[in-house]
Amino acid sequence: MINPTEYQLKSYQARLSTYWWLSRWVYFKFILREASSVFVAWFVVLTLLQIRALTRGPADYAEFQHWLQNPLVLALNIVSLFFVIFHAVTWFSLAPKAMAIRLQGKRLPNLAISAPNYVAWVVISAAVAWIILRG
Amino acid sequence: MLFSAGGVVAAMLIPIQLFLFGLAFPLGWLDAPSYEKLLALVRHPVTRIYLLILCSLPLFHWAHRFRFTLYDGLQIKHLDELINIFCYGGATIGTAVAAYILWSIP
Repeated sequence: MINPTEYQLKSYQARLSTYWWLSRWVYFKFILREASSVFVAWFVVLTLLQIRALTRGPADYAEFQHWLQNPLVLALNIVSLFFVIFHAVTWFSLAPKAMAIRLQGKRLPNLAISAPNYVAWVVISAAVAWIILRG
Repeated sequence: MLFSAGGVVAAMLIPIQLFLFGLAFPLGWLDAPSYEKLLALVRHPVTRIYLLILCSLPLFHWAHRFRFTLYDGLQIKHLDELINIFCYGGATIGTAVAAYILWSIP
């Protein structure tokens, strides 16, 4: 009996370099956006460490605050902030593409959908800051 | 849909939180709230729910994106099972750890 697999053609698969995303700016931006998720995860770790230190008592919390002043941690947090803002901006400008709203047959302009997102961002950020900062 | 919910939470809430606790307070640009006030704030049930959402949903957002970064960025699709376990398992464990930490606040 003939083994059918023997005669099966192997499908052609183009080899893509591991560094394909360096070749174009849009690809690079895509990878930057995906990479932002790593810094989002870092933020979660940082927040959990902070809550744990807070739970353990004033001495532990003071130590944690001191650790945040370490230049390496500060540098990492600055880079993380850049990435999470990048994530936020790309997320909001994606919203008009994800929900194409039509009004009287006409598509709502992109700005009409992304602008409320930015307004909400400012309002929510101000509210969070107020709750944390109010003396 | 955990991915989109996590994306929204990450976009809306993380920048301000990270700016305050990661930069503004350690660098002394703004006065950090005192230990007692912060503990009182974190103890509040509403804050605990807020923090659980703040920690959990973005982790699932991370899991989804990081999974595809490993797939496409590094071209290691053949390891997909391992990657899935690492990403979604990591997000689930992270959520459990967050719940435990928030639950055990005195």
